[in-house]
Order: sequence, then structure tokens, then C-alpha cells
Amino acid sequence: MPAEAAISGSMRPQPYRVTEVLRELDDVVTLRLAAEDRAPLPFRPGQFNMLYAFATGEIPVSISGDPSRPDELLHTVRRVGAVSSALAQLERGAVLGLRGPFGSHWPVETERGRHLLFVAGGLGLAPLRPAICRALARRADYAGITLVLGARSPREILYAWQLAGWAAAGAMKIHVCVDHAGPEWGGPVGVVTSQFPRALDGIAPDRVSAFLCGPEIMMRHGCGDLEHLGIHPERMWISMERNMKCATGLCGHCQFGADFVCRDGPVFRYRRVRRPLGIREV
Amino acid sequence: MAHQTIRDILADHPAFLGFDGAALDLIAGCGRNMRYRAGELLFREGDAAETVVILRHGDAAIELAAPGRGPLRVESLHPGDIVDWSWLLPPCRAMSDARAVTDVAAIALDARCVLDKCDEHTELGYRLFRLWLPHLARRVRMQRLQLLDLYGAHAR
Repeated sequence: MPAEAAISGSMRPQPYRVTEVLRELDDVVTLRLAAEDRAPLPFRPGQFNMLYAFATGEIPVSISGDPSRPDELLHTVRRVGAVSSALAQLERGAVLGLRGPFGSHWPVETERGRHLLFVAGGLGLAPLRPAICRALARRADYAGITLVLGARSPREILYAWQLAGWAAAGAMKIHVCVDHAGPEWGGPVGVVTSQFPRALDGIAPDRVSAFLCGPEIMMRHGCGDLEHLGIHPERMWISMERNMKCATGLCGHCQFGADFVCRDGPVFRYRRVRRPLGIREV
Repeated sequence: MAHQTIRDILADHPAFLGFDGAALDLIAGCGRNMRYRAGELLFREGDAAETVVILRHGDAAIELAAPGRGPLRVESLHPGDIVDWSWLLPPCRAMSDARAVTDVAAIALDARCVLDKCDEHTELGYRLFRLWLPHLARRVRMQRLQLLDLYGAHAR
């Protein structure tokens, strides 16, 4: 019988049990996970885990919960491919494999004293939510907090229940705009970048630190527009998505220019990736 | 409170930043104030586009009607925005509905008057082209992004 192959810790999935399934949108669920036999998993806002649907495969999923509550490990998944569909079909009590956490994080803690601008498009709110929770928990550390969120339509706004809570608490200004809507929608209609002038009205751009997450084209145009409005590229961060497999910078599938997204990202300072973002072959 | 003339309003309005005093004098002769209640139509698709409507206060929306789906809101407009461009382009018919989302105060310029003055004073026409085209270009770029359905299931 062959000797058991040695698998390093970061490559070995650990069993986690689904303790709750939250139906967010028609094709989006949030899985609440608990470790089977170990302590809660501490993580930093913006990091991701590799989730393994047994007999199907493994994908990277951002951690979308409050980092002060690692015992409530949340991952928001949209049904797109085979693995994400398998994960989205899991029911309470099911077990999956988890490796992580991996990657860089949103540096909200180094931006104390500044105005934080969070820009999310669609499911991009999921990787940003831990950073928003962290910032709101330390609200006095910041000059202000603003969230600009874009969605396809009013019924496809992620975490709508939480947005309502955040709005009621009044600690953060929230601008939600949708791509299209019926007349019952009283908010703005248009791309998320169209809301920047209103969201930043009265705020000195040199005091703003921006964190963007969403489709790459949204982040590319969004960063360009924010730069045009006076926000320095050093003060913008984006979360990149590429074909991450090993999550440890070994396999090379997620190479992005000189970086590996899984190891050097997924959160990058915009200035660092501005050039490769404009290269279509990268 | 002192009464504001149309010229005063134009001089303070972002759509007229960069217009000199002589240009404002010419344009002001074409203008009047308009107010719309929330929900009221500014114009309807197919209407003769005889007015340049520029928002001062409040928000409006561009809507398109589709059979069985009712009016679809496709673009929001805010103070400073020029609502529509159909007045400039033959056949000068509104290509969509425009509706006040909140109570709206607007400047309404008589389009024929503006175009005649631009013909007569070509420098005014050139200035209007230079200063208003970026507004139109920005909206075209935004709508191109909207066309991509960025947040759909295939989003990356």
C-alpha cells in the first residue's frame, strides 16, 4: 500500500458544516459555516477561502461576514458554474471542505482619519462587507463613510435588509443606483459611477480613501472617474478576480502581470495594477 | 429676498459655467422658469422637442414604455443636467418620456430661439458646442456601460 502523501496545511481542506443558508437573491445564497472540530477562523476583511463541494470541485469565495464574528463564517455564492451551483444547493447540516483564509485585505485600519468611500457593483458588496463592518465598528476613527452600490434592478440589491439597517443607523451615507427600474423606484437609475459626484459632494478628494469591488470594467472606469475627481491612485484599492486554483501562488493560474491574484491580491492598490488593467491580454 | 432674473439663474447654473456675460445675455432672452410636481411628465415620447430643459433643483428620470412592462426607468437626471437633446436633432421629437421623480425646478429655453441665436452669433454656437458636448459624451459613456449588464450572472 503506498505511503500517504504529505499535504501541507494550506492545501488540505478542513470540514465545515453549513449551519444556515440565507437566500439572498434568486441565484445567490449566503452560507453560514462552522468548523467541525476546531476554533473559529479569524480572517481580515477582503480575504477569501477555497470552498470545496465534495465530488464536484473547489472555488475561491470571499468571506462576507463581520470579521469581529469569526464564529459566523459567511460566504455569499452565486450559482454560475458546476461548483458554485453545488455549493448553492447545500442545505443546513451539509459538510463542505474549506481552505484558507488567503490573500491580501482591505487596509481600512491604515486609513484612519480619512473619509472611506466603498464602491460596490452587484455581488461586489460581499467582499466589501467585512471592511464596512470593521469601519462601522470603529466609526469614530474615520472622517466619514460612504457606500455607493450598483445593482441590476431594485429586486437584485444584495443584502437589502442590511442596507436598510445601516441606513437607519445613520453612521454611513448610502447611495444605491440600479441599471433599470420601474416607476416605483424612487432612487437613481444609471451606472454606479454616475453617483460619484453626488456621493463626494462637499468632501475634499484628498481626504478620501476608496475601496472598489465589482466587475473589472466597473472598477477600471470607476477608478478612472475617481482619479478625475481628484482622488489619488495611491488611495484607491480594488479586489481582483482571476482563475484561482491553488490559492498559494504556486500553480500560476491566476497570474496577473507580475502578480498572482491569490497571493499578492485579491486586494490591490489601484496604482499597482492600473497599467496591467489596461492591457487586454493580461 | 431679491428677485432672481433668468440671467442670474443661468450665471449660477453649472450648465452655463464658462459662458461669458454676452453669451448669457443672449441665452437669457430664450429662457423661462418651469416647475414640475413629483410624478409629472416633463415631456412624452413623440412630443415636439421645442424646449431645452435644464434641471435646477430636484431629480428627473428618462423612461421608455414597453408593451406589457409599463414605463421602464433607464436614467436618472440631477440638478445641472440637460434633460434631452432631441431639440437639436431633426426630426426634433422627444425619443423618450421624461418624468419628475421629485418636485423639480428647471430652466426651459425655447429651442428655436437658442438655435436662431447660435446661427446669428456663431461664437455663441461654438461655445455651446464646446461646453455642452462633454455633458452629452459623459451620458453616452455611462449608457454604454449600462448596456453591458455588468452585474449579470456572467459578470467578471
